[in-house]
Amino acid sequence: MPLQTPPLRGIHADRGAKFTEFGGWDMPVEFDSIRSEHEAVRTDVGKFDVSHMGQLHVTGPDATTLMQRLTSNDVTRLDVGASQYSTITNEDGIIIDDTVIYRLPDEDGEATYLFVPNAGTDEATHERWIAHRNEWELDATVDNRTDEYAMVAVQGPNAPALVDDVIDGSVRELDRFEAQYTTIEGVNCWIARTGYTGEDGFELIVPWSEAETIWLTLDCRSCGLGARDTLRIEAGLLLAGQDFDPESNPRTPYEAGIGFTVDLDTEFVGRDALGAIDEAGVEERLVGLTLIDRGVPRHGYDITNTESRVVGTVTSGTMSPTLEKPIGLGYVPVEYADPGTTLQVVVRGQSKKARVEPLPFIETV
Amino acid sequence: MSFETPDDRRYLESHEWAEERDDVVRVGITDFAQDELGDVVFVELPDEGETVTQEEEFGVIESIKAVSDLYAPVSGEVTVINEALFDAPELVNDAPFGEGWMLEIDPDDPDDLNEILTADDYDDQIA
Repeated sequence: MPLQTPPLRGIHADRGAKFTEFGGWDMPVEFDSIRSEHEAVRTDVGKFDVSHMGQLHVTGPDATTLMQRLTSNDVTRLDVGASQYSTITNEDGIIIDDTVIYRLPDEDGEATYLFVPNAGTDEATHERWIAHRNEWELDATVDNRTDEYAMVAVQGPNAPALVDDVIDGSVRELDRFEAQYTTIEGVNCWIARTGYTGEDGFELIVPWSEAETIWLTLDCRSCGLGARDTLRIEAGLLLAGQDFDPESNPRTPYEAGIGFTVDLDTEFVGRDALGAIDEAGVEERLVGLTLIDRGVPRHGYDITNTESRVVGTVTSGTMSPTLEKPIGLGYVPVEYADPGTTLQVVVRGQSKKARVEPLPFIETV
Repeated sequence: MSFETPDDRRYLESHEWAEERDDVVRVGITDFAQDELGDVVFVELPDEGETVTQEEEFGVIESIKAVSDLYAPVSGEVTVINEALFDAPELVNDAPFGEGWMLEIDPDDPDDLNEILTADDYDDQIA
């Protein structure tokens, strides 16, 4: 299957980006260096092309019911211009995907939502919504608009000043997880105070054909998916397909440390299973790890206890550019999950001493 | 983008360079290789006194995004390793042909060097 290309592919190539395949998309992984891009976001501001993220649009008399029954959080709490982090779970309460749901202004008097599934999952998610809508005989329109919208993230402590300079109006009043329509250089965009770095910042959903104008107007360092990954690991944020995966690493929101996305007072697919798990407690939990010995934890490496018995697996890992320490995420039985617990990570056959750390690894917004 | 490839050295397709210095052969990775890897964060090298075999693994280099094996350009005994890389692996990015060198080998057979790529051959490979 040919890779999908983001609308800014040419601009990134001219800027000297290296590319990688991600979720079926050909995306910039690095412009200058992951370290310098990472540092720009932590101390100043940087921009990311995240057009590989999906966009699904849901509207109609039963839009709220459909969203409520297919996601784990309570969408009825969303006023227009609000957003929430949520998960899509199966009947067993296993996370199929995580997502951010935005409540758009009502269209034709009906509640309207835009939500952002992960790269490469938009078609399956769209099918899931359609299938359940039909099964439940709900009146809602579900459009996959992934190819109509580009998405740009502007992240870092200086992101508000940068964005404030170029938009009509101000973003100063926008609280965390709030969103609104605005214009930049005459281009209509949906701007939200959200992100995936642990820093303050914004995500802009813009028409595909106007992505270039927005990208070039936001005058700051270009950052690739490499820095996006190191930033999100430091912030303790999950990556779908890696830190959870319905096939290879089935996890509930409780195990993954995002139980706050589950509202058991709502009715949704997976609710009953999660209610039972909430009552019984989890057996394993996602933890942060730092390596004390030299080495870098990587996805798939074994985690052992101090007697060298395998107790878990690393799901994400890197050398933290901010902390200058090797850090990772992984699942272990709850008896090993307390911060300060000594464990080991097996790097190329050698046991490296590791310590359980509280998440996130850094201070986040 | 063009990369420096000094012609006083020999090369492996796997991007290591070998420089004959008196009785030993000094080894590192090329400018092209460090650029492909990105920020180097970790280097694992053999101990001094260990033997290495031509075109077989002698160590591992890790950048933020990738893990890569290192291959020996010649067979022989490791006489010295560049311990500076343990505290400052970024030297591999800053000076791949200089301070970022990795180890020196006392070659079993100095002719080993003639069996591997010249600078021109290597340039053709990465072009």
